[in-house]
Amino acid sequence: MLLAGQVLEVLLGGLLSGVLYSLVALGFVLIFKASGVFNFAQGAMVLLAGLALVRCLDYLTHHEFPAWLAVLLALMFAAAIMALTAWLVERFVLGPLVNQDGLTLFMSTIGATFVLEGASQMIFGSDVYPLRLFPSDAWIILDNVFPGGILINKLDVWGGLIAGVLVAGLAVFFQNTKTGRALRAVADDHAAAQSVGIPISWIWFVVWLVAGLVALVAATIWGTKLGVQFSITFLALKALPVLIIGGFTSVPGAIVGGLMVGAGEKLAEIYLGPHIGGGIEYWFAYVLALLVLLLRPQGLFGERIIERI
Amino acid sequence: MKADVEPRPAVAGRSAVAAGEVLLSLEHVSLSFGGVRALRDVSFDIRKGEIRAIIGPNGAGKTSMLNVINGFYQPQQGVITFKGRRRHNMRPYLAASQGIARTFQNVALFKGMSTLDNIMTGRTLKMRRGIVAHMLHWGPAQREEIRHREAVERIIDFLEIAHIRKVPVGKLPYGLQKRVELGRALAMEPELLLLDEPMAGMNLEEKQDMSRFILTVKDSFDTTIALIEHDMGVVMDLSDRVVVLDYGRKIADGSPAQVQADQAVIDAYLGVAH
Repeated sequence: MLLAGQVLEVLLGGLLSGVLYSLVALGFVLIFKASGVFNFAQGAMVLLAGLALVRCLDYLTHHEFPAWLAVLLALMFAAAIMALTAWLVERFVLGPLVNQDGLTLFMSTIGATFVLEGASQMIFGSDVYPLRLFPSDAWIILDNVFPGGILINKLDVWGGLIAGVLVAGLAVFFQNTKTGRALRAVADDHAAAQSVGIPISWIWFVVWLVAGLVALVAATIWGTKLGVQFSITFLALKALPVLIIGGFTSVPGAIVGGLMVGAGEKLAEIYLGPHIGGGIEYWFAYVLALLVLLLRPQGLFGERIIERI
Repeated sequence: MKADVEPRPAVAGRSAVAAGEVLLSLEHVSLSFGGVRALRDVSFDIRKGEIRAIIGPNGAGKTSMLNVINGFYQPQQGVITFKGRRRHNMRPYLAASQGIARTFQNVALFKGMSTLDNIMTGRTLKMRRGIVAHMLHWGPAQREEIRHREAVERIIDFLEIAHIRKVPVGKLPYGLQKRVELGRALAMEPELLLLDEPMAGMNLEEKQDMSRFILTVKDSFDTTIALIEHDMGVVMDLSDRVVVLDYGRKIADGSPAQVQADQAVIDAYLGVAH
């Protein structure tokens, strides 16, 4: 019973932290689905959103706004910053590159990464800023079933809930709206999309805005967990194996990939760690991704792309 | 049905009434890419209700012409008038909103999407409800979706592609992809439909089907058609008037019979190969 409880605790903790990986991966999937671009700047966007949020919040609380109002205004401010970023990226980075191939667009997002990282720290500062939006204390559940119960971090639960709502919303957006259909159309063929009356620049703005808002959501949770700081951009590195496992084009894939990585690395750390040496958490995701690449290169949920020759 | 009508006006029915009215006119249009002059001083018009063919040898500038009409290219010189209004700074999505639809030489479909979704994208400009209403899928937004879906189903029935409604178009054979692409353009209910080699790569039976569709579109969808085609038999059978381009210049313009008899055309194009 003690062992079962422990496994369950590790598994739950892993799954919940996996949700947070999924959140970052989602931003990538959205842009990739909608414009065929692998957006290297997603990590930088999380940093920017987090910095805008935390600095505005600090300013407002310092000026003695009531807490709920301060949080609301800070969220709106950060959302506005992400909208501005989306507009700037479309106008100056992607707009001039319509009808260019994916690699060119990918390179341009690498450039955008450096600009975003530099600019956001220049404007909002480069310290570590603590963010307290969600409770981060622990919860003991099922203590009548297992001796000692199971310890769960409340923050992780919040993260899971928010990610669930976000994914449901996005799924409906992509499937049920004409804008969602237009996004998928633009990803497939720029010229054809233009010919049926879809303005590409508007669509790209919408895509980057949505990715920016997902980055903001990721920033609220990761910021509470780690504090808003530069190292948050490295989350993008952890999202990469998640994407490879789930498939670059699949929203559910990003979720399942995140869960697998989260749960897998925690379980491996606890149960394999003592036998083969610790530190598994740091490389587990990449090895898992490598295996997926060998067995199913399009990822678990990715579209298999058939090229006509 | 109209092969032997020499001066046009005698054609029966609606198209005769509309024949005089100019839908689109191009005057002295020139287009170049750096040193390459794709179109040189080309003038012609497209009248309401007709099928207008644009022919010419490879590299004559036919697709460039279509791209100019559709707003992909901006001509350096010339005046383009559509529905009586002079156009400035045309963009493809603006052309679409004014009633110009097109298909592409190398089928340009949204490969990951189903036949139904591809054709639904043609309704993009006709759908008015906002994102939020569509996401909630309530009342007016739902009725709107249903109404457009009905229109799309009629097109699917007309083109006889009901059996592939849910199939991702990337998996369809070429002939069917061409048909889906026509369906997407029709879903826009265009006033002017541009077809870039609608029969390219098709076998005889598929060509006959496509010809039948094009004629029906002209007659019952109230659509004017401009098409580029290499199959001379098809061009002569389908079109009311033909414009011939060669090296970016217009070398002939008239009824199929006139064009066929034109010495410049024979020299440039029809006769030389024989």
